[in-house]
Amino acid sequence: MDKFYDLWQHLAHSPLLGLCLTLGCFVISDWFYKKCKLSPLANPVLLSVVMVSLILWLTKTNYQTYFEGAKYIHFLLGPATVALAVPLYKNLHYVKASLIPIALTILLGGLFAILSGVGIAALLGASQTTLLSLAPKSVTAPVAMGLSEVIGGTPSLTAVLVILCGIIGAIFGGAVLTLVGVKDKKARGIAIGIASHGIGTARKLTIDEKTGAFAGLGMGLNALVTAIMLPLLMLLWRTFAG
Amino acid sequence: MVGYFFLLCFLQLIGEAIVYLFHLPIPGPVIGMALLLIGLIIKKGLPEGLDQSTGTILRYLSLLFVPAGVGVIQHFELIRDEWLPITVSVVFATLLTIAFSGLLMKLMDRANG
Repeated sequence: MDKFYDLWQHLAHSPLLGLCLTLGCFVISDWFYKKCKLSPLANPVLLSVVMVSLILWLTKTNYQTYFEGAKYIHFLLGPATVALAVPLYKNLHYVKASLIPIALTILLGGLFAILSGVGIAALLGASQTTLLSLAPKSVTAPVAMGLSEVIGGTPSLTAVLVILCGIIGAIFGGAVLTLVGVKDKKARGIAIGIASHGIGTARKLTIDEKTGAFAGLGMGLNALVTAIMLPLLMLLWRTFAG
Repeated sequence: MVGYFFLLCFLQLIGEAIVYLFHLPIPGPVIGMALLLIGLIIKKGLPEGLDQSTGTILRYLSLLFVPAGVGVIQHFELIRDEWLPITVSVVFATLLTIAFSGLLMKLMDRANG
């Protein structure tokens, strides 16, 4: 066992370990997700995060060491965000057809996401760091992390909260929408995209293309709207609350 | 493929430059996304290669969230200390937002005809 630990410590110095760990756990999780017939409960992001975290904890590897390798995957979130313009463009005709409902839903839904998230946490006594890190939780990770930094939260904590929201929406979002009687693919997609960004969108893309495209739309536009709205809300809050 | 991957990175780079120069509160990749969308609208067409390259990246979107998600081990103590507000907020605010947005879109789309 000591020998294994030595070897691990040696390998951990190279970015290769973090990279292989992330890819390997994801391949297994994705295989399991498909084996479970894409059941929302077998969410591949959740499974991968749990697996990698457990391995790091068992091998006493710290996050910085792991991230030396994982950052090459994390970095791709930026270009992936730019790439979201493509599904947006492909669905431009749907957007044009119901421009006002979509615009209002994203504006009000995005605002609802911020206020409900911060409101509930504040009522239950969360610290200011947590509240500021929670505010951008419904937006896709790279945008949320950037926003968290701008408004004074902790970007790495925001990233974790963002991913948790994405996982919750991907697992239970579909059932909630069925429960409240929303059957239209357009409305389902947009709602999931607003609240559960990329992880919700990734889930919907594996289930149904049109729903996925609208989730991508909801995620992309909500990122844009929240990126403008949240700093302004903070400015208003600081002006009136002193 | 490489050319389009360069395009995505380059648009993000321009986005970062615009954010820095004009002190915008918006993250660079979002500006990059807006630039690409405007470009496609002006061009009136989607190159097949761009469609394929972005399709490949977006198909594995879930994977890209794993490194940030593992960051949970860094914030283990804060999450343990504030588990109640964090859990309730993450679960209920997310599901309420989904129900609210879904119903709102359904009602307004119906009113819209």
